[in-house]
Amino acid sequence: MAVVKLDSGYNIGVNPTACSLVTHPPQAPVKKAEVAQNKSLPNLAIVSTGGTIASRIDYRTGSVTSQFDASDILTAIPELAEIANYRTIPLATILSENMTPAIWQDLARAVYDEIKGGAQGIIVTHGTDTMAYSAAALSFMIDTPVPIVFVGSQRSADRPSSDNAMNAACAAAAATSDLGEVAVVMHATTNDDHCAIHRGTRVRKMHTSRRDAFRSLGMDPVGTVAYPSREVTLAKGAVRRGTRKLALHDRIEPHCALVQFYPGMNPDILKAYEGYAGLIIAGTGLGHTSTALIPQLKHLTESGTIVVMTSQCMNGRVCDRVYDTGRDLLAAGVLEGGDMLPEAALVKMMWVLANEKDRKKAAALMQADLKGECTRRSAHGL
Amino acid sequence: MDYKALGLVAGIEIHQQLDTKEKLFCHCPTMLREIPEHDGEFFRFLRATVSEMGEIDRAAKEEMKNNRKFQYYTYDTTCLVENDEEPPAPLNDEALSVCLTIGKMFGMTPVPQLHIMRKLVIDGSNTSGFQRTALVAFNGSLPNGGEIETICLEEEAAQRVKDEVFSLDRLGIPLIEITTSPCMHSPEEVQAVAEHIGMVLRSTGKVKRGIGTIRQDVNISIAQGARVEIKGVQELDLIAEVVRREVQRQQNLLRIRDELLARGASVEGAAGLDITALFRDTKSAVLKKAKKIHAVTLKGFAGLVGREIQPERRLGSEMSDYAKKCGVGGIFHTDELPAYGVTAEEVAIVRSHMNAAENDCVILVAGANEKQAACAIHQVITRANIARSDKAVPEETRKMLESGSTAYMRPLPGADRMYPETDVLPVIIDDKRWAAVTVPELLTVKAERFTREYGIEKNYALQLAGSDKLPLFDRAVREGIKPKLSAFTLLSTVTELRREGVDVRAMTDEAYLAIWHAVEDGKAAKEAIPDLIRSLAEGTSVDAALAKLGPSVSRSELETIVKKIIAERSDFVAEKGKAALGPLMGIVMAEVRGSVDGKVVSEILRKEIEAATPAKTP
Repeated sequence: MAVVKLDSGYNIGVNPTACSLVTHPPQAPVKKAEVAQNKSLPNLAIVSTGGTIASRIDYRTGSVTSQFDASDILTAIPELAEIANYRTIPLATILSENMTPAIWQDLARAVYDEIKGGAQGIIVTHGTDTMAYSAAALSFMIDTPVPIVFVGSQRSADRPSSDNAMNAACAAAAATSDLGEVAVVMHATTNDDHCAIHRGTRVRKMHTSRRDAFRSLGMDPVGTVAYPSREVTLAKGAVRRGTRKLALHDRIEPHCALVQFYPGMNPDILKAYEGYAGLIIAGTGLGHTSTALIPQLKHLTESGTIVVMTSQCMNGRVCDRVYDTGRDLLAAGVLEGGDMLPEAALVKMMWVLANEKDRKKAAALMQADLKGECTRRSAHGL
Repeated sequence: MDYKALGLVAGIEIHQQLDTKEKLFCHCPTMLREIPEHDGEFFRFLRATVSEMGEIDRAAKEEMKNNRKFQYYTYDTTCLVENDEEPPAPLNDEALSVCLTIGKMFGMTPVPQLHIMRKLVIDGSNTSGFQRTALVAFNGSLPNGGEIETICLEEEAAQRVKDEVFSLDRLGIPLIEITTSPCMHSPEEVQAVAEHIGMVLRSTGKVKRGIGTIRQDVNISIAQGARVEIKGVQELDLIAEVVRREVQRQQNLLRIRDELLARGASVEGAAGLDITALFRDTKSAVLKKAKKIHAVTLKGFAGLVGREIQPERRLGSEMSDYAKKCGVGGIFHTDELPAYGVTAEEVAIVRSHMNAAENDCVILVAGANEKQAACAIHQVITRANIARSDKAVPEETRKMLESGSTAYMRPLPGADRMYPETDVLPVIIDDKRWAAVTVPELLTVKAERFTREYGIEKNYALQLAGSDKLPLFDRAVREGIKPKLSAFTLLSTVTELRREGVDVRAMTDEAYLAIWHAVEDGKAAKEAIPDLIRSLAEGTSVDAALAKLGPSVSRSELETIVKKIIAERSDFVAEKGKAALGPLMGIVMAEVRGSVDGKVVSEILRKEIEAATPAKTP
């Protein structure tokens, strides 16, 4: 079907053979408004991985999501101009499900360069689907003295009710705050009242579509940004600006996998992971697989794959010392993953195995707290 | 008034809620709720976004003058789709079917493929900031020779509770929008067309009934005037009056313009003057509270700002509506001052400060801050300049006030408010589907048939055809109940009982049918129906209600009863003769407790009275 736009603004679909070309209007130039920036405000860098923040359809120019410079963003979200002075780095225009460890590395390098170049804070615009993975990746790959804030929107930017503007304003506020770690800043509730600042290694998308889909698991958010006041409140445990010294550790071991156990799972599935550097299991309950899987897991660990157990419960800590199956898993060489989120554990494993070749030390690192991904105490219930 | 000579052209847009099981883009019931039943609330800000043609709609821009926070009430019958927290479900096919039926009834052509659009509406009535709508069919015809341009399938907006608080129960109910061409030329014709369309819609049996379920927007212009869209005329009876008043308003605005031009009227400057200091010690509560007061002098406007253009509406009211868009409560103008606590002395000071001559009018606005006051006075200046321009009647969207007069809402929206709904797939309407659409009998045709076939009187037949009890009537006819019996019960008896305060809503279709069958089988008299409904409405079972009636009485038993009653009142019968029938009727019916048909009682009574009164000797 050919889509016809009527004078009334309505579109209808008609058979293309019913249409004849009248004229072919020349492509209209992209309308561009230069927006003045206030140089006295803090310098932030916006690194874009997908065109979510200012994207829209434009039939006249034919462009879809390509508009991305400071003027575009400030035209779309004028409020941002009151907060900071921006440099924009268009790194990628991908849907976040197409993100790869290789792009995490590009992202980490770009962010590192911006911080080194004097950015007082970084905003990374990112699709929400895999935002938590990328936030975890940057948490491990960069020691940062300044805030690195991931932000996106659950409702597309082309609708009046989009959460993009408020999320972006809150992210900019967080990026100019006293925070000194990698965080995700998104709506905290369904209201347009405040955003939560989540630690990059403990955040998870917990709803397919709600604005407040992102939640900190096993801990409270490290801060909040009120809206529209944009007042930032940091929790006691939040890492403060300047605490860490800037460093980049951008090596990644991509041959790692995450597999979720389910009742009746065929042990042969694990054969596919033979030769992998590492494997994270999202087990049941305290961290279990069926007994039937244990010989194959033993085979993997004996052939050099590091296997770490996490729980598909998402909340709580793995303990393989309670039941027989757990003890058998430990005996097979499987490591307990503490209260790490399965996804954060996977990203951490990719980073650890690229940076620590000694198997024993790597195993110890997997169980140590590096960037807030493991908590010592289970202070929280559900 | 000669509307033809005035060049009156009018068209209407009818919005009718459809009675589908689920909403248009989610699976919630299409059920309205009471406000106190809401079980949650949330709030949001809305921002104007650009159309896919890269423009911001002028109506949306106007709404954005004032950055507003909207609050929403949720219910256990609303979901994340209404909350704008979940993508829409596919278009409700039942609603599309109803639209296709209506399209076919008007002889329209369906679109080959339906595309859902987002119509930008940022007054808060849609959580998303847009109303989803799709063009379904076009080119229909009306009995007056006019044309139905399009029908669209839309989602209903949220109901405003008050100010910026909305209730989400109504949001998403399917709505058909029927737009006629500007094909009407008198107020009465507009009303007649609206009535006809309403009748066609009700003929489907798939539209909601009751106040607020149908709303008419009227587009009106006269020669030299401008197209004005009046929103939300809920009562059909008011349509003609709304048209008459709009014609009057446009005529008066044109007259004011002529007079302004004759006076050489002008507006001083592009911005107002800050005169806050002049009111430091004022007794006027509004002005005292105001942080900033701005004023403008309208040269040559004296007397005209306060002139009535419609009942209860003045040129000043129009300026006030414009100013309110900036968040102020309204305006003050010297045509109506001193008043509202503003003294004659203060008026004189303002006039002198503003260099206003006798022929000039000074407008004042009171704002909560500089930005608000400046915005409001700018709006006043804009409206004053319009009043003396070539286009003295601005193209506008207006809302109907209770009386039938109207107030300014926003500029007419343009095509820029449309954006494709990228979350819903287009729907193909192929020849096979269109061919399968069946057209129901029109209510007017049905009524004629009732009169012809069942001998039901014309007025009753029309009422019955339009009644929501029509399916019950049809079923009764199929079950062998006399049409007149069920029609009389549903239209007359039930109405009387309702007025009496009986809760007839408690009556199920089955209960009505049981009563009618009892009458048809001779188990109850027709006269007992009101009593039976009264008992059933109070929760009595059908059997128990019937048992309360007297035991069935045979004809000979009845004759004995009648004879006994006449004998007991022989003097009365002798004196009244045939006229005793009426009073005795009641006594006999009470005796047999509704178990005998009144016709039989009256027949036997007549016979026995005749027998008891000696024939008059010639």
